[in-house]
Amino acid sequence: MKIITVEACYAVVGLYLFVLAGRIAAERDHPRRWGSALFWTLLGVTFIGAKVLAPIIIGYFVVAMVVLAAMGQVTRGASHETSRQERVGHAERLRNRIFWPALLIPATAVVGTLILGELHHGDVWLVEPKQVTLIALSLGAMLALIVAMRTTGANVGAASREGSRLLQTLGWSLILPQMLAALGGIFAKAGVGEVVAGLVAQAVPTGVPWVAVLAYCGGMALFTMVMGNAFAAFAVITGGIGLPFIVKLHGGNPAIMAAIGMLSGYCGTLLTPMAANFNLVPAMLLELDDKHAVIKAQVPLALVIFAANVILMMVLVYRF
Amino acid sequence: MIKLIGVALIAAGFALRVNTLLVVLAAGLATGFAAGFSLNEIMAMIGKYFSDNRAMTLPIVLMLPVVGLLERYGLKERAEVLIRRSKAATAGRVILLYTAVRQISISLGVSIGGHAGAVRPLVAPMAEAAARGSGGELSSASVVQIRAHAAAGENIGNFFGEDIFIAVGAILLMKGFFEAQGMNVSVWAMALWGIPTAFIAFAAMWWRCRLLDRRIERAAAVETNPGGAQ
Repeated sequence: MKIITVEACYAVVGLYLFVLAGRIAAERDHPRRWGSALFWTLLGVTFIGAKVLAPIIIGYFVVAMVVLAAMGQVTRGASHETSRQERVGHAERLRNRIFWPALLIPATAVVGTLILGELHHGDVWLVEPKQVTLIALSLGAMLALIVAMRTTGANVGAASREGSRLLQTLGWSLILPQMLAALGGIFAKAGVGEVVAGLVAQAVPTGVPWVAVLAYCGGMALFTMVMGNAFAAFAVITGGIGLPFIVKLHGGNPAIMAAIGMLSGYCGTLLTPMAANFNLVPAMLLELDDKHAVIKAQVPLALVIFAANVILMMVLVYRF
Repeated sequence: MIKLIGVALIAAGFALRVNTLLVVLAAGLATGFAAGFSLNEIMAMIGKYFSDNRAMTLPIVLMLPVVGLLERYGLKERAEVLIRRSKAATAGRVILLYTAVRQISISLGVSIGGHAGAVRPLVAPMAEAAARGSGGELSSASVVQIRAHAAAGENIGNFFGEDIFIAVGAILLMKGFFEAQGMNVSVWAMALWGIPTAFIAFAAMWWRCRLLDRRIERAAAVETNPGGAQ
């Protein structure tokens, strides 16, 4: 038995989304009051109901959210941001105390990861050991919120208002990572990877050892860009190109191939809007008008690291 | 080949700037139909994978109330005051220092930071304040550059530190893949061979951060001395 499960954390998220929807529904000057409130309600239901509702129902809820977003129904309300002067005033009053809640989140994550997963009395575990990172993060965020309210003297209403202000800045792009993960899942089920691996293996002369390395690393990066996820690319490209050519045909070292191959995939992650949680959501969080600004900053990095990976693998994989 | 229709739709939809969610849904439906699934089967897949990946959204939603509250009470403004006291601080150095902390901590198995928890409330404002120095103003292009590089530092540190720690997803996934193929590959060996790339990635970030600082300096020089080019 586990006392704190990850489902409980998802339920907290769901409840907070209901609060957000309620706030929006009560906002008379919100330009898309009912559409936005419905969107956040549906998202809350998918968070709370994932283990109870049939997947097909969640699927149709997701479609409803996509339609609401595409029809321009999910927008932010009138913003009531505080003035800079007011914030400077608070900063002078609170001084470094304002940092403590922010630093409490990583501190809880460290302590949580090291200790929480180990605490148990017989069969009763405090937290789900497999999900300890996520649970520690959730507990850290809630603890930090309580400390932040004490430090600043703000009440629950203010915290919920600030949270909903930021969530509405993100808007529908908040669910983009999950949508893209779902697309990646469908790609995998449909066998898109096998087609890509087959095309690469046919198109290049993998009988030459260094060409096989280039095809494998390139395949990892390209297919990661398609899937938005290096993990999904790994099994497909390693099974289709890496194992048959680098390891079996040319006798390469599988550990070196896998380690550097996965890191080549990460270079693809840096380049693709499909990896929305790493590339697009940050651009929204940082309020950049150009959604692709983060990817643009990462292009030179990704190309340099990818080239280094290919050279490293060419030099190392057939030597050890 | 017909199964690649989803990939083509994504590329076309992103290029034409159609609503991204709609493009993704269309690509999913098209790929599913091309592979012979029924509508209900595709809906069930979308529902299942959407639920399975709730962990991607959870940290953002839970982090935003506390981040929003702290911002309202002057977190960014305080970070700016502190960073201005340090003469050595530049935007590039702030971002590089954060990248190092992120990369080292995650290589030891501790995941701290993140775009919502650290980059937006702390790293980006500190880097901007460092670039402003004593009272100068930044062009909006420089602000975009600094913020984008702060996000890039988070990603570089996260991605290229993670694979050195043996108990994380990537290494365990690779181990599982080889086991399914009947091969026994050591997790230690895979973690070890991730180290050279970790150093190269950090060196690349150092290079980008230096370049960022130079660009900001140049932009500031043009601003304070607009007639200088003549």
